[in-house]
Amino acid sequence: MRLLTHNMLSSNIKGVTNGFPLLIEAEKVVEKAVDFNEDFLKNMFAKIEWKALVDASKTMGYAELPDNVESSMLDSDEFLQKFHHALLELHLEEGALVCPETGRKFPVSKGIPNMLLHEDEV
Amino acid sequence: MTSRPELQAPPEIFYNDDEARKYTSSSRIIDIQAKLSERAVELLALPEDGVPRLLLDIGCGSGLSGESLTEYGHQWIGLDISESMLSIALEREVEGDLMLGDMGQGLGLRPGVIDGAISISAVQVSFSTPFFKEFCYVKDAISKGNDPLTQNLHCWLCNADKSSHDPRLRLKAFFGSLYRSLARGARAVLQVYPENLAQRELILGFAMRSGFSGGVVVDFPHSTKKRKEYLVLTCGPPSLSSATPKGKAEDGESCSDEESSGDEQNQSVYVADRNRPRKKQKLNKKGKGREWVMRKKEQMRRKGNTVPLDTKYTARKRKARF
Repeated sequence: MRLLTHNMLSSNIKGVTNGFPLLIEAEKVVEKAVDFNEDFLKNMFAKIEWKALVDASKTMGYAELPDNVESSMLDSDEFLQKFHHALLELHLEEGALVCPETGRKFPVSKGIPNMLLHEDEV
Repeated sequence: MTSRPELQAPPEIFYNDDEARKYTSSSRIIDIQAKLSERAVELLALPEDGVPRLLLDIGCGSGLSGESLTEYGHQWIGLDISESMLSIALEREVEGDLMLGDMGQGLGLRPGVIDGAISISAVQVSFSTPFFKEFCYVKDAISKGNDPLTQNLHCWLCNADKSSHDPRLRLKAFFGSLYRSLARGARAVLQVYPENLAQRELILGFAMRSGFSGGVVVDFPHSTKKRKEYLVLTCGPPSLSSATPKGKAEDGESCSDEESSGDEQNQSVYVADRNRPRKKQKLNKKGKGREWVMRKKEQMRRKGNTVPLDTKYTARKRKARF
């Protein structure tokens, strides 16, 4: 699971008001190369929650992302490369995602998070 | 046609390892899924600016449909309830991110982040439980009488029914969360094989209630084999660009078998059963003449089959031994 997906996921448990972002417990992180596409990055930039992305990438072992961003930084190729790497090339293979409110863990196995809710959480 | 999977067992049980592998290794199924996915992406009407989008593949299964999305250059997130199907997707090394989840529990995505969603042959599977028909029947029976039979039915219903299985609540959770997660003006295209009209109307009804506008696009409505239905839902108020596209028919002509529903109460849904009434052939003891043959060939052409050309040899009288 890439950070692109993690940045979109929110805890769906009944009664949770702020389920975003899910905290990451990283046991195994893998890096996979992905083709660089500038248009996609610029398009996604507006939708990404930046703080969540920075915190998540730090948990996964990548601390190169700046904490504060402005849209002017999109012109810098160096920044785009870092953005690309963090967003698309870091994979969480094994570990868990944790709901920030309830602490409930969603296990991640072979890169697939198990988001199935129990009967009482729906 | 074999019995529908959704009537045999819930998807997480039916699509076990064997079924999943059978499904994915059939070249015919791969071919069909690819065509359905391409058509769904077409109906998404994404802007043709070459910018890759973030799409959702609901009920992605073994990634057959997701691969089409990758071919178009998009990034995607796939959701499915069957671990076996997802394992096969992993084996095929699909580019999209996979999630194990139940669409009837809600999608769990942040608002406005998805640029488009497709679903190929998955929605009806999630919302058609074998209990559903009994459920409707029993509810009716209970409302009518107090006799011991309905009392027993009532007990059964209370024990057997968990609200998490109620298709209505699941549909509401699904469409509600889908509407929220789509960006403004984005579309969701759901390819469905509705079991019957009631089911299709139910699904469409919940979609409209969640705020979607749109309608049903039917490709090849006259052919029982080729007929395909797509629910094309747009997030946001109906506008010129979100008008429901026309379905395909034979000879490449567009046929106006779509209807668009607004947020108002009146919806006209195109009503057509998959079973066509059989035409009663007149018994002709003289055998089938040229006229009959020509008529049949014309029918086949309309259906979209390849038919030999009509020549002077068509339906010519053959020797007696034929």
